[in-house]
Amino acid sequence: MSALDKKLFRDLASLRGQVITIALVVACGIASYIAMRTAYDSLITSRDEYYEKYRFADVFANLKRAPRSLAERIENIPGVVEVQTRVVERVLVPLDKLPRPVSGTIVSVDRHATSQLNGLFLKEGRELDPRHPDEVILIDGFATAHDLRPGSSLPVVINGTLRKLRVVGVALSPEFVMTLAPGQLTYDPGLAPVLWMNHAALEAAFRLEGAFNSVTLRLERDASRAAVLTELDMVLKPYGGIGSVARDKQQSNYMLSGELAQLDSMAGFVPYLFLGVAALLVNVVLSRLVQLQRSSIATLKAIGYDDRAITLHYLKLVSVIVIGGAALGIGVGSYLGRLEMHLYTDQFFRFAEPRYVLAPSAVIFSVAISVASACFGAWFAVRRVATMPPAEAMRPAAPARYRRSLLEVLGVWRFLTPVMRMIWRELSRRPLRLMLSALGIALGVGINVVARSMTDSMDYLIDVQFHRSMREDLNVTFMNPVPRSALSSLRSIPGVHYAESLRSVPVRFRSAHQYRDAVIQGYSDQQALRKLIDDHAIEVSVPEHGMLLTEKLAEILGVRPGERITVEIREGDFRETSVTVAGLVREPFGLSGHMTERSLARLLGDTAPISTALLTVEPNAVESIERRLKTFPTVASVASPQDFKRQFNEQSAAIMNVFMFIMSLFATIIAVGVIYNNARVALSQRDRDLASLRVLGFTKREVAAILFGEQAIQIAISIPLGLYVGRALTIAMMTNADPETYRLPVSISAQTYVFAIGVTLIAAVLSALLLRRKLDQLDLIGVLKTRE
Amino acid sequence: MSERREQAASERSEPLGEAVLWARGLTKIYQMGEVEVQALRGVDFALHRGELLVLLGASGSGKSTLLNIVGGLDVPTSGQVFYSGQDLSQADDKELTNFRRRNIGFVFQFYNLIPSLTAAENVALVTDIADESLHPRDALALVGLSARADHFPSQLSGGEQQRVAIARAIAKQPKILLCDEPTGALDYRTGIAVLEVLERVNREFGTATAVITHNAPVAEMADRVVSLADGRIISDHKNPARKSPRELAW
Ligand SMILES: Nc1ncnc2c1ncn2[C@@H]1O[C@H](COP(=O)(O)OP(=O)(O)O)[C@@H](O)[C@H]1O
Ligand SMILES: [Mg+2]
Repeated sequence: MSALDKKLFRDLASLRGQVITIALVVACGIASYIAMRTAYDSLITSRDEYYEKYRFADVFANLKRAPRSLAERIENIPGVVEVQTRVVERVLVPLDKLPRPVSGTIVSVDRHATSQLNGLFLKEGRELDPRHPDEVILIDGFATAHDLRPGSSLPVVINGTLRKLRVVGVALSPEFVMTLAPGQLTYDPGLAPVLWMNHAALEAAFRLEGAFNSVTLRLERDASRAAVLTELDMVLKPYGGIGSVARDKQQSNYMLSGELAQLDSMAGFVPYLFLGVAALLVNVVLSRLVQLQRSSIATLKAIGYDDRAITLHYLKLVSVIVIGGAALGIGVGSYLGRLEMHLYTDQFFRFAEPRYVLAPSAVIFSVAISVASACFGAWFAVRRVATMPPAEAMRPAAPARYRRSLLEVLGVWRFLTPVMRMIWRELSRRPLRLMLSALGIALGVGINVVARSMTDSMDYLIDVQFHRSMREDLNVTFMNPVPRSALSSLRSIPGVHYAESLRSVPVRFRSAHQYRDAVIQGYSDQQALRKLIDDHAIEVSVPEHGMLLTEKLAEILGVRPGERITVEIREGDFRETSVTVAGLVREPFGLSGHMTERSLARLLGDTAPISTALLTVEPNAVESIERRLKTFPTVASVASPQDFKRQFNEQSAAIMNVFMFIMSLFATIIAVGVIYNNARVALSQRDRDLASLRVLGFTKREVAAILFGEQAIQIAISIPLGLYVGRALTIAMMTNADPETYRLPVSISAQTYVFAIGVTLIAAVLSALLLRRKLDQLDLIGVLKTRE
Repeated sequence: MSERREQAASERSEPLGEAVLWARGLTKIYQMGEVEVQALRGVDFALHRGELLVLLGASGSGKSTLLNIVGGLDVPTSGQVFYSGQDLSQADDKELTNFRRRNIGFVFQFYNLIPSLTAAENVALVTDIADESLHPRDALALVGLSARADHFPSQLSGGEQQRVAIARAIAKQPKILLCDEPTGALDYRTGIAVLEVLERVNREFGTATAVITHNAPVAEMADRVVSLADGRIISDHKNPARKSPRELAW
């Protein structure tokens, strides 16, 4: 081994404190990048593979009723490759242990049909036997939630008749990855049953023999979706077609896309942020580490080593550190990535065969960024020394030139102790270096803020939604809109304090070529339990005429206040009408329209029936009220915001929290790494001065006070800077979020700031403790002996 | 005119053969903010084959500046440096590095050892990149440090460190050895020991050696003594006979 390589290993060993902490910073950057990117990419890959393998359809349409022979006409639409006709209906599943029946979907299965789209992934049990009309296959999420297995019997209200069906299989379907039960805000698989039944049995139950009310298509790869949809709508119109949708607006896929987009808004920002911050900090720290070897570099050059050999030597040094950290980062990152992906696929996105993929590109990218940044730092430092004539570089840097500062002129000076004066002079001598160090620490503080701010957004969302907007104790959703008089029968249930109506009408908003499926909410005059609030939690009143539109929705559709917008009603007589946009409201999430109940009734030309009732109730009467509601045949579901909140906390929030914890941990390690290295380098730079002071009779405490005083001032500067940086980064992250799903205002809680400050202070104290030992062992004799 | 003739005469009458390293009209100005420091004010210099030359002068007279420039560690503000016919003042950084690597052994006042390498490894640092070199341990034996080969610089005394530096300088058997105050940081006895090593290397290998000192008695061990004051050469004379370092006293 060459002497230079020996030097490499010796240096690594003697710098191990720094080597380890820098490697950890690299590891955290790479691990967070790999974890988030690969988890997200794997979800996308798993989804795509799932859709592909189980032949998720390209186009979906529902209609009233059409003869099966119509399939042939649909098949003739240019671009259509495959047509699957079927019966899809709503059913109720009154499970004994549930306080109220849950509303679900039942889908017909024809195993002998030529076209098999939206295939089932049978997790357990077997296929349907066409000879047994009472067999069903049940969706996995619901089966798991209620402990139903093949062999279980399942009560189902089909077209008004209660039947006992037998579960023969448990399955997953690309069509029902995520489903939203009526009245639900969050995806709760336990409240969203999907059943598959032999087509003959189902057709008979709904009097649809030889007919279908749902069709799905597979298209040629380059077919024009818009053209097919238009043509299909034309074909289906006479049969009660209510508008077809392509895959992107299919309910489950739309929700899934929204969730993935939200995930992407983080996965497209946070990993780059962490990787970038880690790389940047490693660059600075390593550059300083190399600069400390100024005299060795000059000596090597003086005795005949050329720049290339010297540069290579230092690149090797930093590469060993970075590669070590990268190996750890890849290991931890892929472990966490797999974990995160499974957190999602186990309880949220139910894919048939989720597959974790550690994409080589993610590994290469993150490692390359880290290595390049570190090497650039080292290279830069070597260059600075190597371009000087060795005679100059070898000379110990000339005694620093100090200037009298403003502080001295102002006379404050008199009150400072000599130690304080030394600190002040040292810092003011190199303001740039001070700022760079402070900025480095500030980035460490900032990413702590970002990591925690994601939880804050969650909390904000929950607060706005469940505490300020949804003030009811229970909400009751009816199967079909019911007359207002239903409210009085609800009021008469013992334990119900108050009931008010809320009308939600599913619609399709259309303007020029843009359309979105959404809901119009109709508010009564004294709406008390459901307030329309904007993204800053301010109540907005609904105008008497016209409609308030979610600002984002208006933007998507390209309409402005005062303009009219086309509304296709998706219930009742499916009429098409139009309404004036009276104003816009900035809502934190979702896309909807808001009108008074009166003007909504005018728009629909009906007597203002209600689709939902909101109740406040006696807290301990909830169960008895739910039991009573179970007997109302018109009630589709009863839900409570508290349940949503719990559901939300268990799902998204739970995953987020795991995630946030890991990110905070990484951010903390990065902050510690930076603060420690910063102080460590400062010690190396000044050890001769400090040792000289000790020789002159300064105590260990006084010498420590000088070094740590400087560090403390840096940290004091970096904390407010870091909080500001963290806020700016959080805003950047929010801006990156998919605006169709969430438009959360930036809300960073005081706890988050306190946490970030706390982490920084703890890191500072920890570094001080580690360095205190080194400081106590300053080589006093060495100072007197040599200058090297 | 008469100066020129004198100089030419002195070069011709040089008994120890032609110059291996020589410089003409060297000036060096350091710019320190608004202040200019003129370290060399027109210096002609020659180091002849096989000779032991002592550069004498008070602190700040420009000795290190001169030695650094002729050794290729620094560049003059004006003037030229020649090494066997090659004009070093025209050389780029790469050529200078090569020149140092092949021909020059340096001994610095503050040793400049690599702290993380042992004595033998510090020597190996040079033998690794030199064409014909001594084994590091042989080089250490030459300076009487065989027993300390595996010690780190921090475990060696100043004199020992300086001897390691000399071993490092001579291990590649350079044609020229340039030593900047090799005894400056050492006590009398250690200083003498270090000078003895230099004298032996000069005698046994015929290495042209220049030794800087501000210590006048050291001049008596030289073949020739050049004195500097305030950036100029004020005298250049040959000693009738070299004294052995052991005979020096200060
Ligand atoms: N890097 C430098 N910058 C400014 N002045 C310098 C520098 N190096 C040397 N000098 C000045 O040049 C003069 C000669 O220095 P030097 O050659 O080191 O003298 P010597 O080695 O004889 O003590 C001195 O006045 C010194 O202060
Ligand atoms: Mg000098």
